[in-house]
Order: sequence, then structure tokens, then C-alpha cells
Amino acid sequence: MSKTIVPFGPQHPVLPEPIHLSLTVEDEVVKEAVPAFGYVHRGLEKLAEKRDFHQMIQVVERVCGICSMIHAMCYCQGLEHLMKVEVPRRGQFLRVIWSELHRIHSHLLWLGLYADAFGFESVFMQFWKIRERIMDINEATAGNRVIVSVNQVGGVRRDLSPSKCDWILDELNHVEKEVKALESTMSNNYTVKKRTVGKGILTREMAYELGAAGPTLRASGIAQDMRQLQYEAFDELDFEPVVETDGDAFARGLVRFKETIQSIDLVRQAIARLPQGDTFVKVKGKPEGEVVQRVEQPRGECLYYIKANGTKFLDRLRIRTPTFANIPPLAAMLPGMELADVPVLILSIDPCISCTER
Amino acid sequence: MQSLEITKETLRQEGERLKAEGFRFVTITCLELDETSLELIYHFDKDLEIIHYRMQIPKDAPMPSLSPVFFAAFLVENEIYDQFGIKFDDLVLDFGGTLYLDDDDDITATPFCKFGVKRADTVPDAE
Repeated sequence: MSKTIVPFGPQHPVLPEPIHLSLTVEDEVVKEAVPAFGYVHRGLEKLAEKRDFHQMIQVVERVCGICSMIHAMCYCQGLEHLMKVEVPRRGQFLRVIWSELHRIHSHLLWLGLYADAFGFESVFMQFWKIRERIMDINEATAGNRVIVSVNQVGGVRRDLSPSKCDWILDELNHVEKEVKALESTMSNNYTVKKRTVGKGILTREMAYELGAAGPTLRASGIAQDMRQLQYEAFDELDFEPVVETDGDAFARGLVRFKETIQSIDLVRQAIARLPQGDTFVKVKGKPEGEVVQRVEQPRGECLYYIKANGTKFLDRLRIRTPTFANIPPLAAMLPGMELADVPVLILSIDPCISCTER
Repeated sequence: MQSLEITKETLRQEGERLKAEGFRFVTITCLELDETSLELIYHFDKDLEIIHYRMQIPKDAPMPSLSPVFFAAFLVENEIYDQFGIKFDDLVLDFGGTLYLDDDDDITATPFCKFGVKRADTVPDAE
């Protein structure tokens, strides 16, 4: 059988963002997948030389809209470490609340896109409809639906009143009820299983060795989640990583589905234990030194390396995003799969190309 | 930030040792130190503990790739080639400086260096 090279992307109906794959296929089976990038690279790391370290918060929020809050939180954590600033406890809890709200809306967005990838339009509509409640919470609490921009070096710039907390809890009750109504569809539906079970299997060993991150790693049976580092208020919250063991596209979907429910619980816990006090401390001086900071984004482990020289401009800002870590596993899981499964498998790592290219 | 020193000669050997001990490759950070030298920081992880290895290298010398040991390293090594101009030998998937950049003869400087250096090689085909 002769080989054919099929170009996949950068423009494709299942891809919200541009990535190109050169798929070498024999008959209908993928033999090799070579990714190509460079369609949305913006050089944001380099901007650290021209924007001061406070302004860079607004820049890192734009690395990726969907997990903007967590990018900024990680960046601020790094600077707070360098400047020996301790965020007030209330600020830490508020960061957890907004970051978990981001995880919920990111996972709901992905669950919709995932269903759309295998043609389940009604599920796509349902998940995106539910997601609107989280977007409304973001807008009501931070003024923006996506880029909430609540972080500053030293804490958060916004607070939550008791009445707003009650309203959030009420909205989350609706979100939980509506998400759980889709549980049997995501876990037992014939169509969903037909398109995802046994597809794109990453064994535990492969996932670990290939450097997979987040739900892609945890769906292969490895209980690694950066929230186990207990940053911010996670030391006071009950949290165990969600793990599945099958390592296929179905398992990756289940992990994200269960994490959505888990994040609702984490927001409830954080609101229940929200202490009184300030939300931020004023910071003085300029950062100096170098630090590596890691947090768990919806797509997995995100690493920030910051090197500061005591001026208002950073020497170096390096961001290793989770999708960047999940590209090698993607390239490894595609060979042997049918061409028709490729869109679902690409979606199964929850690719964020804006993050990857920065 | 504590880190260990490593050299070009010991990089792969150390990588193989870390892999055998169950470490996972996280990423590489590249920094420009001055007009002639760069620094590479290799990050590895095991049980949520992260360790760092660093080495200083001249800008114009090729580096051994870690991708034959950790496949995941190919992407960041290609990125560093694009951004800082370091060529990595034995990359398992070599984009030849075109991961983000165009295959264009007009590109004569490395975009992430203040002191850009002209590319030594013509750009080969990515595939």
C-alpha cells in the first residue's frame, strides 16, 4: 500500500486554533504524525523586556484566555516569592475560587468541543449553555467574562461580598445539577463510546515518559496534579486528583468531566472557609533573583521561570504551558489510528495553541 | 533556586540516569547571558519535586540533543533553535529553525537574543 501525506489543519472544523499536522497514512491508517506551528506566535515572553513586571500581568493573562486567571496567578506567585511577599489568607482563598471557576468553564468549553468533534451537536449545545452560568459569575464578580484580571502582585484586586458568595453557590447548584444530568451521556452513551473507547491509548509508561500533563496524564493512571503542591489555599481544602486508568480518549473525557464536578466542590469549600481580612498587601521594591513556579491549569501543569535583576523589567520570563507538554504524547498516540479518529484524538488533549506558541 | 551543574559531555548520561530513576522531563529554559554565551536550564520532575540542571554554552557551538533520551525534549529544543539559534545534534524531529519561523533567507537574527547572531546554516526541510 502506498503512503499518502494528508495535511490536517491549520484550518479545520474541529480546531478552534491553528495547528498543522502532516499525517502520513497508508490506506486509512495513520503511520506518522508531524506537527507544525507558527501560526499564532506572538513573542509574549520577549515582551517582558519592554513591559514592567506589573504590566506583564496583563500580558500573561493574554497567553491564553481560557486559563487567563491561572496564568496571572502563577506569574504573581513567582514574583511574590522573589519579593518575599505573603498574600493575605483571604486573597489566597479568592484566588482558588476564581481559578477553579476558570477550570470549570474551560472544561465545559472543552466537553462541548469534544462532543462537537464526534458530531454530537446537542451535547455541545448543552455544555456551552451550562458554561454561560460560569461566564455570568465571572462577569458579575470581576467585570469580564473571560479575562477576569483579578490578580496583582500581593493578592487580588477584587473581593466577594457575602451576598455574591450566596449567589455563586446558588448558580453552582444549577451548574452541578445540569452537568450531572449529562453524566450518563458522557459515560454510557453508545455514540460517545464508539468514537472514544480504545482510541489514542497512552499507557501509564508512555504518558509519563513523554512528559504528558494534566488530564492527559491522569487519564493514564498517574495521580499527579500541581494542586497537590498546596499552593494558595489548597492546604486547607480536601482535594485528591481525579484519575482514570484506561489512557484512551474516553478516559480523558471522564477525567475532565469529573474534575468539573470536583472544581464545583472546591469552590464551595473555599467559600465556606473564606476568612475575613485583606485581599492583598502592598508591595514595595523590585524583584530580584530567579524562581520556578508551577500551578495546575485546566490542561495541566504550567511552569513559569522568572529571572529578575532588581529593576522594573525582568531579565527573562519563560512559560512552559501544558499543551506544549502534551504535543509529544499527541504525536505518539496518532500512529495506528484511523484517519477519521484524528480530529477526536487531537481534541482529546484539549489543545490550546495560543498557550503553546505564546 | 537551587540547581546542579551539568556539561555537554555528561548531559545524555545524566539524562539516562534520571530517566532510570523515574524522573520525568519537564522543559528547558534558555537565557542569554551576554554577547557570546547562553545558559540552558534543564528541569526534571519526580513525585512533584522539581530539580534543575544548568550549563553555560557559547552561542555558536552546537549542543547534544536530549531528545534521544527524552522524546519530549524535541519540541523545546526546536523552539530554542528558533529563538536563540542553538543547533541541537541528533534531534529526533528536526524542524531546522522553522518551528515558528518561516523558511526565509531574510531571517538573519535570533529573535530572543538582544545580541542576535546570524544563522550559521541554511534551513533544511522540516520534514
